[in-house]
Amino acid sequence: MQTTVTVGLGSCGIAAGANKTYEKIKALQLAEGLDFRLKKTSCVGMCYREPLVEITDDSGTYLYGEIDENRAIELLDKHINQSSPVREWVVQTDLFDASDNDFARSQVKIALRNCGFMDPESIEEYQARNGYNAIRKIAEEKITAVDVIQTILASGLRGRGGGGFPTGMKWKLANNNKSPEKYIICNADEGDPGAFMDRSVLEGDPHSILEGMIIGAYAIEANGGVIYCRAEYPLAIKRLNIAIDQARANGFLGKNILGIEGFNFDIYIKEGAGAFVCGEETALIASIEGERGMPRRRPPFPAQSGLWRKPTNINNVETFANIPWIITNGAAAYAAYGTEKSKGTKVFALAGKIKRSGLVEVPMGSTIRDIIFKLGGGIQNDKKFKAVQLGGPSGGCIPEYLADTIVDYDSVNATGAIMGSGGMVVMDETTCMVNIAAFFLDFTQKESCGKCTFCRIGTKRMLEILTRITEGKGVENDLQTLEELSYQIKDNSLCGLGQTAPNPVLTTLKYFRDEYEAHINHKKCPAKVCKPLLTYRVVDDACTGCMVCAKNCPANAIDGERKKIHFIRQEDCIKCGDCFTKCKFNAIEVI
Amino acid sequence: MRIARLTKTSEEATTAQEPDLGGLDYLIKKYKGKKGNLIPLLQGTQEMFGYIPKTAFEKIANETGLNLSDMYGVATFYAQFRLNPVGKHVIKVCHGTACHVQNANSITDALKEALKVDDGATTEDGLFTLESVACLGCCSLAPVMMISGETYGKLSGGSTVKIIKNIRLQESN
Repeated sequence: MQTTVTVGLGSCGIAAGANKTYEKIKALQLAEGLDFRLKKTSCVGMCYREPLVEITDDSGTYLYGEIDENRAIELLDKHINQSSPVREWVVQTDLFDASDNDFARSQVKIALRNCGFMDPESIEEYQARNGYNAIRKIAEEKITAVDVIQTILASGLRGRGGGGFPTGMKWKLANNNKSPEKYIICNADEGDPGAFMDRSVLEGDPHSILEGMIIGAYAIEANGGVIYCRAEYPLAIKRLNIAIDQARANGFLGKNILGIEGFNFDIYIKEGAGAFVCGEETALIASIEGERGMPRRRPPFPAQSGLWRKPTNINNVETFANIPWIITNGAAAYAAYGTEKSKGTKVFALAGKIKRSGLVEVPMGSTIRDIIFKLGGGIQNDKKFKAVQLGGPSGGCIPEYLADTIVDYDSVNATGAIMGSGGMVVMDETTCMVNIAAFFLDFTQKESCGKCTFCRIGTKRMLEILTRITEGKGVENDLQTLEELSYQIKDNSLCGLGQTAPNPVLTTLKYFRDEYEAHINHKKCPAKVCKPLLTYRVVDDACTGCMVCAKNCPANAIDGERKKIHFIRQEDCIKCGDCFTKCKFNAIEVI
Repeated sequence: MRIARLTKTSEEATTAQEPDLGGLDYLIKKYKGKKGNLIPLLQGTQEMFGYIPKTAFEKIANETGLNLSDMYGVATFYAQFRLNPVGKHVIKVCHGTACHVQNANSITDALKEALKVDDGATTEDGLFTLESVACLGCCSLAPVMMISGETYGKLSGGSTVKIIKNIRLQESN
């Protein structure tokens, strides 16, 4: 067989320099006339090892990690020219024990089944991996819309955007409302900071989203499709456009699709303009209609009167990615994974203070601890695991002692957090929970559309109180006021943004109240994060006068000559902590 | 982020050269009379000028019949739209959750110090605009910033300032 060299070109790979690696390999291949097929793929989820290069030859498949331009030269020379794989750079292979073999083996990939395994810009490769076989099956076996909905219902699939509403039920409601004009919308406005699974699927496997939407359109009898995608994801938009053109050219979009009489359906992309609230269905519809993305009262639900006042069904990217697999493999195969009320698998985006940040897909019912420690490899620099933030600005912080909570919708809700879209931001002992709560309130306060008074003004008041606490100006009844405001905002907001905005505060108050109290009563930040409460100082006995801190100080606030004790001018110090992290002699202390 | 941009005075806009609005004709022709056209019109305009000039608002309103107040309402609602011109390089510092826990604030602080501008403002020489954004989706490389489409990851205050110095150097050559 001909050797193939595949470079992972997802957004995170490109940010890590994968384009340069790809160009280098291409140039070397041309210059030296090397015999191999150079291919592109997208993110395989191992973001922490980017740029990734996979080489498949007669002996097997080797996934190499952290291949920059320089390593690429050596890799081609050794593996291709001399046929001797560079074992120490291999992160995953079936041939021997590589460093990250367990990362892939502990996962069950359904939504991510193609990500990183094919060229996302090739419909042929998608079809070679069973692509468009689900909609073909529907056409060939003449499965009715009602039966498709029944299959999705039986699979137990629930909305992966965060709500967790049964997808089959949603489709059934949309199907019940008869209209000559109906819409199906893919919500790809992944605004949750810290979540990037939708981006990864859109970039890595755009055809599966299209196929999921086509099946959905067939089931609810829709004729118009819209993908509402964040404008911040230019690569996803580019690849979706390519996929849509290919699907049209191959008869998967258009009139009488696959010979199904009267099944006319097409999709276009609508670029979002940056508003978190547009994740809310009615706000998203308003945005597609060109208005301010403000939610409106329900009922009528979108299934009755949505886009352009026509029945509309909205599902999330990951939900659609599951659909073709369920149709092809059957509802029972999907429902075999998961817990009683949460079936199937869930993709999580691991980020924060975790060793292996990236994307993982695990069966529902896995424990948070397993995800963080077995898949995620544990905490960076082996620090102490403190909490994990789940569900973004609508979610909450789950403390270490609840890490054996299993991931399913109900168990996570019981902690006060939510499953959300699946962003998991891991925090260690150096993360201040008051600061995190303030961070999320800052976000929701800015993103509140302003319609409901409690959300508009309440979040602002909460942020003011939290900011005051982090500045050491907290007063005794602040915590009580925060709690009161939280419940008022939850009770008096129209949409999910307001109803969940206080969650980060409520969960941190519940699990980390002592940290709030330390800020208020003792004017101390136990995690040493809140700058107004900190002072950086040189420990005279430990300072060797190596000048590293002075050279690295972005504010030039450190004085000192070689081999003399250094001094931090407090009036110029911006408290960035660079000196603290750069000092090899523990000669900087934070008090 | 959005607030910082809005409360800025429009002095810069008035001192800047009057933009040539000729390019808008094609855009207006393409979208005039279509339902849901307001956001694509504004996006197209910003693509052309880097921001939405006051005169462009007026021209689009006059020629499409869209309501000026509706247009302004939409432009100020979404984070994407700018009402003032930007520098040659827009620095987008990511303040997503992952970047936040990896100390993204210190990156913005170091940039403010090095560029002598506030968040949302443009340097006097018109070379840089400093912005904070919600999430660039490169959480595994946190903290991250994007300058003119290029992403820089695993930053520290010091390395950030070096990157700015390098760009300055390239520009002065």
